[in-house]
Amino acid sequence: MSNRGNVKIDERTVWEKIADQLRSRSMWMLHYCTGCGAVELPPSMTSRFDLERFGIGPMATPRQADIFLITGYLSVKTLRRVIYTYEKMPDPKYVIGFGSCTINGGIYYDSYATINRLDYYIPVDLYIAGCMPRPEAIFEAFTKLMEMIRKGEANGWKRYKENYEWYKQNQLRSLGEVIIHDEFHE
Amino acid sequence: MAVAARVAGVLLTAFFFGLTFEGIGRKVTARIQKRYGPPWYQNFIDVLKTLTKHGWTHGWIFDFGVVMALGGVIATLTFVPLGNFVAFPGLDNFFVIVYLFTVGALGMAMGMVGTGNPWASIGVARALTLMLGYEVPYLIVITSLLYNFKTSNISTIVEIQSVNGWNIFRFPIGALVAFICLQGMLGKEPFEAPIAPAEIASGPMVELSAKYMGLLMLMNTFMEFVEISIFVDLFLGGGNYFEFLLKYLTVWIFAIMISAVLPRFRIEQAVYFYWTVPLLLAFIQVFLVVAGM
Repeated sequence: MSNRGNVKIDERTVWEKIADQLRSRSMWMLHYCTGCGAVELPPSMTSRFDLERFGIGPMATPRQADIFLITGYLSVKTLRRVIYTYEKMPDPKYVIGFGSCTINGGIYYDSYATINRLDYYIPVDLYIAGCMPRPEAIFEAFTKLMEMIRKGEANGWKRYKENYEWYKQNQLRSLGEVIIHDEFHE
Repeated sequence: MAVAARVAGVLLTAFFFGLTFEGIGRKVTARIQKRYGPPWYQNFIDVLKTLTKHGWTHGWIFDFGVVMALGGVIATLTFVPLGNFVAFPGLDNFFVIVYLFTVGALGMAMGMVGTGNPWASIGVARALTLMLGYEVPYLIVITSLLYNFKTSNISTIVEIQSVNGWNIFRFPIGALVAFICLQGMLGKEPFEAPIAPAEIASGPMVELSAKYMGLLMLMNTFMEFVEISIFVDLFLGGGNYFEFLLKYLTVWIFAIMISAVLPRFRIEQAVYFYWTVPLLLAFIQVFLVVAGM
């Protein structure tokens, strides 16, 4: 979808439109549970709210995931893992930022160890405001994301490819290097 | 020409009803957990969606393993009789099916180890260990059954049952052992250790992305279809096409209900269990068959 003037032009082929319909009805999520937001996900998935109604379910590995949930603040150390994980996910992939911490740093805005705006480092399709968002807000976000996928507006993964240099530059500016030095990554 | 039509019939049945019954199984699990659950066609959407994504390969061993797994299982499936609907009449021998079935399992093991991920290796090792556990009592029971009927042709056993009554009533202990082993073959709780999403990140599937995941989901559906079909044919009397599907659905929902309420055995607990209770019951069944009771 590109925006020329006020007229939106849908550039997808028929197959991509069908594929987007399928993708919107079957979203497997990978939740990156570093922040407090993770605690809102179990009630969303279990009996009370039941995310599986919409075909949304948890997946264990980034290779199979479609949505990437960043649930709360990100320290510089975890941001490296987030970038690794994001780049391991197969296209098309969607990112949801949970809560104020991913938007502007939230209550950790002046911390030396956390990043303030997730959008500088990986493309975010949708933010959920709140500290923390309730399951109702999460459902609002998921239905909105499904609608965006169907209309072809959730194209963060394309933005990441087109502006890769810019994202890499931001990552290097904040992290020094993106490579992780520990026993799992070398 | 007629053979090709029958093979297509078996494969389409496994594809359509396999995925539909999996969807119904998810619905049943959801209702047990007091949830509404996904629609019955959710698994079709899942498989087709994975085929639209852009994934990675992990080398030619991986590619070859995935194709070999799916191809091997499809080859097995064509020999499985669906009640009285048989693609290759006269060739639906139990040993042919068991022999071909290992091609799929070995293809999966080879491809998944080819990814180089240690979790995949752990998952494959667990799957093979579990196989050691359930195959011993299962084969003992089935062999006693084949000994009793003096044939290893599954269609013949189905026909005998239409006269003599279902084997589940004649060999209740054997049927129980076969069902416990079936639960392990399907990889349902309490024998879910090879997959274990929360523990080893879904084990063998850990590095599968996009199309590979879709193909392996289809392979899993076909494998379940083969396993449950053999149980239905050998113990529940097969029947015509629709009776067969009804019996299949009953067994499947029963397995799902058991798996929905049980936790997971550790792998050595599972093998220990298989080599004590079901193995003992299997020997009792053999004794009863040999004694002519």
